[in-house]
Amino acid sequence: MIEEITLLGGCGRGGNREHVTRITFRMGDVISIVGPTGSGKTTLINDLELLADGNTPSGRRILINGRAPDPDFRDDPSRHPIALITQHTNFLSDLPVRDFLRIHAEIRHSRQHETDAVMGETLAFANQLTGEAVQRDSRMTELSGGQTRALLIADAVVIGNAPIILLDEIENAGIHRMRALELLRQHRKIFVFVTHDPYIPLLSDRRIVMACGAMTKVIESGAAERQLALRVRAADDWLARFRERIRGGDEFSTDDLEAVA
Amino acid sequence: MKLAICAGPATSGKTAVLRHMIRKLIGSSGTEPRASSLPGWRPAYLKIDVQFADEDEELAREFGIPTKKVYSGELCPDHCSVMVLGEALEWARKVESNILFVETAGLCLRCSPYVDGGLGIVVLEATSGMNLPRKIGPMLSLADVAVVTKIDRVSQAEREVFRARILDAAPAVRVREVNALHGIGIDPLVDRTLATPDVNGELLLRGNPPVGTCTICVGKKNIGWHAHFGVVRPLEAQTFYRGE
Repeated sequence: MIEEITLLGGCGRGGNREHVTRITFRMGDVISIVGPTGSGKTTLINDLELLADGNTPSGRRILINGRAPDPDFRDDPSRHPIALITQHTNFLSDLPVRDFLRIHAEIRHSRQHETDAVMGETLAFANQLTGEAVQRDSRMTELSGGQTRALLIADAVVIGNAPIILLDEIENAGIHRMRALELLRQHRKIFVFVTHDPYIPLLSDRRIVMACGAMTKVIESGAAERQLALRVRAADDWLARFRERIRGGDEFSTDDLEAVA
Repeated sequence: MKLAICAGPATSGKTAVLRHMIRKLIGSSGTEPRASSLPGWRPAYLKIDVQFADEDEELAREFGIPTKKVYSGELCPDHCSVMVLGEALEWARKVESNILFVETAGLCLRCSPYVDGGLGIVVLEATSGMNLPRKIGPMLSLADVAVVTKIDRVSQAEREVFRARILDAAPAVRVREVNALHGIGIDPLVDRTLATPDVNGELLLRGNPPVGTCTICVGKKNIGWHAHFGVVRPLEAQTFYRGE
């Protein structure tokens, strides 16, 4: 049973020791990783996924429940406690969605009714994140970028049931990220977001700030930041409605110009 | 002399995996061993390919180890391997190597290049799709270790299904997922190679070769099974070939 995962700092680019030498994530935590492009955010979550043991360029180490991880974790993806979903992760299969989910569910569950239940739950989860619902008869390769990402997340959370889920810039895929955050909060897991979004970090429990390949500090989100998050959310909701109108084919006039001001 | 034979479809990452194994054995270059290298191991590398390969030159440059290549041309590379492997071991001894890596691109999926007593490694890319393990016969089913590369490109679900299907086709094979970018997951492959006994005396191919003589192979071009003899098959008589 995984209770916590610890990340021991290594070196940034150029070999300087990281300021953050140790950070522990506990079940139920939501963590964000922030920093400019090229600051090492993706490398950091790759280290997590690889269960780095001083054997990656950063020299970082990962401990699970305070100890070196079971070597079997790396060998068997169905036992690997960390699911990583990046901008490059993709489905290759061209099977219909229901067949694909069944094949995955059958590896994890031997009984027919369990398989059917998790398939339904996975699809329902994915469809709360997408604009257009994923149909069970669609082929995997026909799904849009947003639908694919939504299904990847749903599959990792529900069928894969990974205790630790790493999400690399999901906001770029056009899924409802606020709903994603609310939905994910209902599951007792560790979620790590790499994000350029202003809202997700403010609502995370902590955020790791990256620069020059190194973890420079860890910020705990306080009450004031949660307040601020509500403002950001209002602005974001407004922008989202605007986006929906553009997507829906609306045209705009001077009235809208005043509304923006 | 230890012998590791590495098979796998073209571009699956065989050379990348072997490069990391060689690096673990001797460090970054032959002249400046890293602290992490394992002393006493002097690898040699033989590449068998159909018509083009430059991996032997790359590895020689990078590590300063003895390397060699053979073009199989009109022969299947695995067939070619049977022809040349004995002499290749002699060559490796002559250049004072004590571990020979052979990389071969078997193509027809009906036989495998592994020999009794040596280590058989198959390298498969996760990006080939979930059905690959069901389609490649003895190249997988007779291997000791199945190395899965390019795991970061596919969904968690497909990784799991890929592994399950490898074990379906080859229940005794050890599956190792590796990241050939960072060389992570390579250590156990090196340990396994070093734990393999030395090869001595007469070498035997591990599996049974496929039926080797057929009318088409000897040049009869007519379409339709009535025009042939020996190994024939009508449309409605499907036999399912599983390898060994």
